[in-house]
Amino acid sequence: MELLTSPRYRDYCGGLILILIGVSAAFQGRSYQVGTIDNMGAGFFPVALGIILALAGGILLGGAIARSIRLKAALDIEQAAPALPLEWRGWICICLSVIAFAVLSEYTGLVPATFACVVIAGIADRENSLRAILLLATGITLAGAVVFWWGLGVTIPLFMRGYM
Amino acid sequence: MWESIHGLIYGFGLAFEPHNLMWCFVGVLLGNLIGVLPGTGALTSISMLLPLTFAMQPVPAILMLAGIYYGSQYGGAIGAILLNLPSHPPHAVTCLDGFPLTQKGKGGMALGLTMLASFFASSVGIIVMIFAAPLLVRAALQFGPADLFSIMLLGLVVGATMSRGSPVKGIAMTVIGMLLGSVGTDITTGIERFDFGTPELADGIEITSIAMGVFGIADFLRNVNRMKHISILPPVRLRDMLPSKAELKESAMPMLRGTLVGTLFGCMPGTGPTITTFIAYALEQKVSRTPEKFGTGMLAGVAAPEAAAHSKTQVDFIPTMSLGIPGDAVMALLLGALLIHGIQPGPRLVTEHPDIFWGLIASFWVGNIILMILNVPLIGVWVKLLRVPYRFLVPSAVFFIAIGAYSVKSDIFAIYTVLFFGILGAVFMALDFPMAPILLGYVLEPMVEDNFRRALLLSEGDMAIFIQRPISAVVLGIIVVVLALQAFFALRASVGKRLLPVAPSGGSRKSRTKDLSFPC
Repeated sequence: MELLTSPRYRDYCGGLILILIGVSAAFQGRSYQVGTIDNMGAGFFPVALGIILALAGGILLGGAIARSIRLKAALDIEQAAPALPLEWRGWICICLSVIAFAVLSEYTGLVPATFACVVIAGIADRENSLRAILLLATGITLAGAVVFWWGLGVTIPLFMRGYM
Repeated sequence: MWESIHGLIYGFGLAFEPHNLMWCFVGVLLGNLIGVLPGTGALTSISMLLPLTFAMQPVPAILMLAGIYYGSQYGGAIGAILLNLPSHPPHAVTCLDGFPLTQKGKGGMALGLTMLASFFASSVGIIVMIFAAPLLVRAALQFGPADLFSIMLLGLVVGATMSRGSPVKGIAMTVIGMLLGSVGTDITTGIERFDFGTPELADGIEITSIAMGVFGIADFLRNVNRMKHISILPPVRLRDMLPSKAELKESAMPMLRGTLVGTLFGCMPGTGPTITTFIAYALEQKVSRTPEKFGTGMLAGVAAPEAAAHSKTQVDFIPTMSLGIPGDAVMALLLGALLIHGIQPGPRLVTEHPDIFWGLIASFWVGNIILMILNVPLIGVWVKLLRVPYRFLVPSAVFFIAIGAYSVKSDIFAIYTVLFFGILGAVFMALDFPMAPILLGYVLEPMVEDNFRRALLLSEGDMAIFIQRPISAVVLGIIVVVLALQAFFALRASVGKRLLPVAPSGGSRKSRTKDLSFPC
C-alpha cells in the first residue's frame, strides 16, 4: 500500500482512479438522457463531467509515464511529500467506531452507541491506556446525552429495550 | 451609499439584539475553542459545528457560523505561532516567522499583533464590502445565464488551478465535487441521478456529510498516531501580548499591504486564502530591506499574511452573498448553510433578506470585537487547550461528527455517507490531491448546470452566446489569461529544472518561497 502512495507511483494510481470514476460516471450518465445542446437532458452534465474527469486522469497518468520514461523521476520525487506508512490500526478503529455508532444507535440507543464509538476510536491511538479510554468514554457519553439528547433533542432514544 | 449606511444601522440593530449577540458570542467561543485544538482548522470547525445551526433561525444561525469562522481562524493562528502547527492551510505562512518569534520569547506579542492585524484588516474588508456589495448587486441584476455561467466557471477554474500542487489534480477534485453535486433529483427533468436506487440519495448528498467526511474523518485517518507530542509550551500572559510602539510601527505598513493584497484577492472568485497569505508574505519579502531575515521572526512575516487572510475573508463575502458564487471552501460551506435554511444567495438577497445581509455585515464587526475581548482573558486557557492530547481529541471528534451527521435529517444513512467521504478523502490526500476544490465544485454544480442549460436554451444551442455577451466574454478572457499564465509558469519551471538539475538550497530568498508548498 505504501508503494501505491509513494511519490513514484502516486500519479499512476491517482490517474487510474480518476479514469475509472470518470468513465463509470459518463456511462451511468448516458442512462439519464443526454439530450441535445439546445435542450439538454439530465444526463448531459454527468456525461460531460465524467469525460473531463477521465481526461484529467489520462493527463495525470500520461505525465507520470512521461516522467518515468525521461528518468527524471528521481528529481521530482525528492520534492514530493514522501508516502506515509499506512496506519492500519488507526484506520480500522476509526472506521469501525463510526460504523458502531451508526449500528448501535439504530438498535440499542444513544448511550451504548456513544460509549462504543468513543472506546473503539480511543483504541485507534497507540498511546491510549484502557483506563483513560473508559474514563473518556464515560465522560463523553454523559456530556453527549446532556447536550444532544436533552439539550438539542436528537431523536435517538437513550436506551432501547428488547435488544439488549 | 446612503442605503448602505441605513442598511448598516439596521444591521447593527439586529446584531445587538441580545438573542443574536448571544449566538454570535457562542459561535466565536466555540470556533476559537475548536480552532485552537491541535489538528482542527477552520474547515473542520465549521463542518463539525454546522449541524448545530440547522435547528436555529436563519439570522442567528448565519451569525453564529460567521463567528465560528473567525473564532477558528484566530484559534488556528495560536497553534501556528506557538507550536509551528498549521491546522488551517493559510496559517502555514504564519508559522514561518511566528514560530521563531515564539522561540525568541515573543510568542505572546506575535499573538497580540495577529489579533490587531486581523481586526484592522477585517474592518477594512467590511468597509469595502459595504460599498462594493450594493454596486455588485446592481450589476448582478443585469447578468444573464451566460454571464453567470462564465463567472462560476472562473471561480471553479481559479479554485482548481490556483490551489496547492498540480492544477490537473485540482481540476479533477473540482469535477468530482461537481459530480457529487449532481447526485439526486435533477431540477429541470425530475430524473434521479446517481442515486443507485437508494431513497436517501434522491435528495442529493448533504453538504455536511461531504464536509465532515473530507475535512473531519479524513484528517483523523491521516493524522492518527502521527501527531507530534506537545509537552513544553511557553507561558503566555496578558501583558506579553501588547506589542511595543516600535513593534507596532514596524508592522504597520506590512499590515496595510497585507490588507490590500487580501482585498484584491477577495474580489476574485476562486482564489483560496492560502494563496493570498502566500502572496502577501512574498510581497513583504520583496519590499523588505532585509529579505534575508524572513523566517527568523520578522514581524512583517506575521502581520502581512494574517491581515491578508482576514481582509480576504471579509471581501470574499461579496461574491458569496451578492452573486451566490463562493470564493473558497469555507464560503462554500457558509453558502450551503444558507441554502439549507432556504435562503438563495444572489443579487436578490439584499432586498429579500436584508436582515441576513446587513445583520451579517454588522456582526462581523461585533464578532471581531467579541473575539478581541474574549482572547484577552482566555489566552491562557487556549494555550492550555493546545496541550489536549490528540488521543482524546479523535474519539470525541468522531462521536461529534457521527451524531452531527445523523442530526441533520435524523438519518442513520448520513453517518455511513460521512465515513465513505472520510475514506475517499484520506485516499485522495495520500495521493496528493487538494481537498478544498471538492466543496466548491459540489456547491456550484447545480447553479453552473442550470445557467449553462438556460443560456443555451435561450441561444437555441448556439455556443457563441458565451462570447457575444460582453461580461461573459471578458470573464472567459480572464479564464484564458489565468490558464495561459499558469501554463507559462509551469513550463518555465520545468525548463528551469532541466537546466538546473540541482535545486539551489535554502539560502536565497527566491528558493525559499519556492520551497513552500501549500499544505492542504
